[in-house]
Amino acid sequence: MSATRIDARGLSCPQPVVLTNRAIEAGAENLEVLVDNEVSRENVLRLAKRHKMQTSVHEEGPDIVIEIKK
Amino acid sequence: MANPLASRAGIVVVGAAIGVMATLLQYLGNPPNMGICVACFERDIAGGLGLHRAGVVQYIRPEISGFVIGALVRFFLGVFAMIGALVFLGCPWRAILRLAGGDWNALTGLAGLATGIGVGVLFLKSGYSLGRAQSQKAASGYLFPIFMAGLFLLVAFQVTFAEGGPIFFSQKGPGSQHAPLLISLGAGLLVGAIAQRSRFCTMGALRDVILLRDFHLMSGVAALLIAALAMNVVLGQFKPGFAGQPIAHTDHLWNFLGMALAGLAFALAGGCPGRQLFLSGEGDLDAGIFALGMIVGAGVSHNFAMASSPAGAAAFGPAGVIVGLVFCLAVGFTMRERAR
Repeated sequence: MSATRIDARGLSCPQPVVLTNRAIEAGAENLEVLVDNEVSRENVLRLAKRHKMQTSVHEEGPDIVIEIKK
Repeated sequence: MANPLASRAGIVVVGAAIGVMATLLQYLGNPPNMGICVACFERDIAGGLGLHRAGVVQYIRPEISGFVIGALVRFFLGVFAMIGALVFLGCPWRAILRLAGGDWNALTGLAGLATGIGVGVLFLKSGYSLGRAQSQKAASGYLFPIFMAGLFLLVAFQVTFAEGGPIFFSQKGPGSQHAPLLISLGAGLLVGAIAQRSRFCTMGALRDVILLRDFHLMSGVAALLIAALAMNVVLGQFKPGFAGQPIAHTDHLWNFLGMALAGLAFALAGGCPGRQLFLSGEGDLDAGIFALGMIVGAGVSHNFAMASSPAGAAAFGPAGVIVGLVFCLAVGFTMRERAR
C-alpha cells in the first residue's frame, strides 16, 4: 500500500499535527509527513508515539520527511 | 490562474488608479499634493494617537488603515489580544501567577482563556490557517531581536531624548516597581533560553488538551502553578481572596470575556504572548509582528479608556472586547488553507 503523503511545509504548529492526526483517525496506517521545521518534527513525532506507531525520519534537501507506520 | 495585476498592463492600471484616487482625495479635502502620502499619513496617525504632540499633524488617516487591514491580520490579532488581556489585567502567565498568589479572580480569567482557545480549536479543526510561511532573507529574522536589544539599551542607559522624556519612567504604581535591572535581564535570558528549547506555551497547553488530549505542555503549565504557589507560601506572598488583590478587579464578566478574546486571538495566531516572543527570537517574523501588535494594542487600550484598573472594567473596555471578538471570529471563519 502506498503511503499517504501530507505536505505540512510552511505550516506552523499545530496545523501539521492537526493534519496528521486527522489522517491517522481516518484510518491511515502508512503516512509520510513533510515538514520544514524542528518544532513540527518534534510535535508530529510525539503525536505518532501517542498513537503507538513506528516512525523514521530523513531529510530531503531543506525538508524533513517523517514516515509513520502502524 | 495568472494574477492579472502582475502583468505589464496590470502595473500600469495600478499606477493610474493610485494617481486618480490621490488627486480625488485632495479634491475631497486631503492636503494639497498629499492625496496619499504614506510617510505624511503615518506621521498624522502618530500625532492622532499622541505618540508626538505636534499640533498641526494629528489625524488618524483611514487610508493607511485600509492599506494594512487584511494584509496584516496577525498584527491585529496582537492588538486585540492585548485589549482583551488588559481588560482582565494580565497575560496567561500572570493569570496563573495571580492564582498562585491567591487571587481567585484569575479563575474566571482562566475559564475565559480556555473558552477562547476552545473556540480557536473549533476553527483549527475546520481548516483554519493563516497560510503557509514563505522563506525570507535571513537578515529579516534579526529585525525583532535587534529592536528588543535596542529597547534594552534605552532602559540600561536611561536615554533622554527631550526635557521630560521620552523615555519615560513611572514615579509610582506598577511601572515604578521593578527588580534590579541586571537580575531582570538575567531572569529573562534564562526563561527565554529554556522556554525556547522546551516550546513552553500556556495557550498551546490548553489547546493540545482540548484538541488532541495531549497533556505534554499542560504538565509544564501545572508545574509553573504549583512551583509559584509553593514559593508564595514560603515567601509569605500567598493572600487568598477576591477583593483587594493587587492590580486586579472583581468584574467577573469582563475578566472572563477579556481573556476569552485574548485566548481566541492567541489560538488563531498560534501562541501565547511568551511563546510569540520566543518564536520571534528564533527569527519568526510573523511572531514578531504579533508582538508588535500587542505593544501597539497596549497604546490603543490605554489611550482609548479600554484598559481596566483595580476599580473595574473601563468605559470602553467592553466595546473593545466585543469589537475584538467580532474581528477574531471573522478571521476564524474566513481564513482557510487552500489545498495544494
